[in-house]
Amino acid sequence: MSGGPSRKKSRRWALITAYICLLVFAVFFLFPPYYMLITSFKTNEEISAQRGIPLLIQDGPTLEHYRKLFFETEFPIFFKNTVIVTFFTVIVSMAISILAAYSLSRLKFWGATVMATGVFLTYLVPDTLLFIPLFKVIGWLGLLNSKWSLVVVFPTLAVPFATWIMIGYFASIPKELDEAALIDGAGHFQMLTRIFIPVAMPGIIAATIFCFTISWAGFLYPLAFIYSNDQMVATVGTVSSLIRGDVFHWGGLMAGALVAAAPPVIIYAFLMDYYISGLTAGSTKG
Amino acid sequence: MARVVTHKNIEVGASVTPVRVGSYQRFLKRRSTLAVALVTPLMVLIGGLVVYPFFYAIYLSMLNKAETTFIGFANFRFLFTRDTFWMVVWQSTLFALTAVFFKALIGFVLAHAIHALPDRRQRFWRGVSLVPWVMPPALSTLGWWWLYDPTYSAFNWILGTLFGVHVAWLSDPNWARFSVILVNIWIGSPFFLIMYLAALKSVPPDLYEAAEIDGANARQQLIYVTLPMMRNIIAITGLFSIIVTFANFDIVRVLTQGGPFNTTHLFGTYSFLLGIQSGDIPLGSSVALFMFPILGVLAFFILRNVRQRATEL
Repeated sequence: MSGGPSRKKSRRWALITAYICLLVFAVFFLFPPYYMLITSFKTNEEISAQRGIPLLIQDGPTLEHYRKLFFETEFPIFFKNTVIVTFFTVIVSMAISILAAYSLSRLKFWGATVMATGVFLTYLVPDTLLFIPLFKVIGWLGLLNSKWSLVVVFPTLAVPFATWIMIGYFASIPKELDEAALIDGAGHFQMLTRIFIPVAMPGIIAATIFCFTISWAGFLYPLAFIYSNDQMVATVGTVSSLIRGDVFHWGGLMAGALVAAAPPVIIYAFLMDYYISGLTAGSTKG
Repeated sequence: MARVVTHKNIEVGASVTPVRVGSYQRFLKRRSTLAVALVTPLMVLIGGLVVYPFFYAIYLSMLNKAETTFIGFANFRFLFTRDTFWMVVWQSTLFALTAVFFKALIGFVLAHAIHALPDRRQRFWRGVSLVPWVMPPALSTLGWWWLYDPTYSAFNWILGTLFGVHVAWLSDPNWARFSVILVNIWIGSPFFLIMYLAALKSVPPDLYEAAEIDGANARQQLIYVTLPMMRNIIAITGLFSIIVTFANFDIVRVLTQGGPFNTTHLFGTYSFLLGIQSGDIPLGSSVALFMFPILGVLAFFILRNVRQRATEL
């Protein structure tokens, strides 16, 4: 029914349609970051003048907004706090996840399957469900208005999925490998550090990126638990304190949003494959 | 070839077993204690900061505003009498269902588009399409907030120049609803794209070859080969996204703060307004808890699908 030439022709049409679709959506996906970028390089006069084409920089680019961001606002403090919080969140989350995943995937014990299911269910609990009781818990711990409160609560969002990814990777390591290590006299600790961690490295990188993203992008918890600027993180700091009374704060605001968003984007640019393998292992937030 | 490998493994196993019986028994005895020790940090974390807060939230929701008196279901009864609450229920449902539908549709179309490209071109387009997903949502939403600016920004300039139209993006209730949904679609479509692309790649190519030999056209191949093979992943991704979209916070908080006239509030933002900003913790807690039955039902179906998928693989 479908002869050679007609099939070839339909293939070509499929390819052309595919490119048109992708081009249209590439514009849709990239237009907001593009517009943020050019706005951050425009002078306030140009943004407010309403002449010409606002989709281009017409008066020549300026770094004034970035200079102000780093030297005249508290943005560097917010950024530093995010780095600290994220660093410790990743360490804590990954330590808990790797140990638990090793236990749940290899040391089969009574209730291990139920527990693995429980971990998956916890992953489905959104931050908006529990932020109010957590507000009270953080209060009892004396951590209200402290960036360390985030190192306590972010792992609840990061650990379940990180554990889930790691269980998958550990379970795929052939049992012969740990039996061989056992014969050579290796203990559990050596087995974990010499075999499991190196072999499951792609999974560990994917899970680490996930924990990093959760912590870096976290918005609700810092908004609810932290109110003074010296403890504030970059997401909430940019949204709530870079917005000034005057109308033309747009350049500075966009500069702040872009600098705060840059680290996850840069990591993604270099580690896209790990990022995607983490995304498709099970299923992440969407 | 697979049979040869299995055979070899059995042989190796058989020849080794007698040597290590003693040490393996000791190993087994020790490992259940160790197993429990290693999951303890996870249990403490989940028990203390997820399970306990959940039950505490139920308790909190039954207190009065000052948290001094137990008032039973009075907070819930109060919410049922408020128009704003019903608007939140309606808006959350509309937001989640509309956004997930379009995210799934766009993801499906783009996954097919990328899948149709030659292999060496796929990486570039996949990379470009994932940018909205990678930016922290609160910060990319700031960019959208600026795009929606009625006077100085791009959208109204483009619409004004081309059609002479001026849209009150965030101050008209219906346009505001549209605006928050559009941002959610923008952020979430790449996730569907990646999941569907992975699913497409896992369909064995010989199924299409067989279908083609049987004379199936492109549409028939889609309906009888692609969709059945992707059914499970479509279900998991969709259900999952409904949970996350339903429980969204960042977009509405940054764009409209629930306004105009509370028309864009979701459960999350309304609960934040009542519980944290207005200081009525029990009432805010009750609002958030309304999400639970809906999320519970969705989670049940996700778990069933994940299990199914696990047994299929």
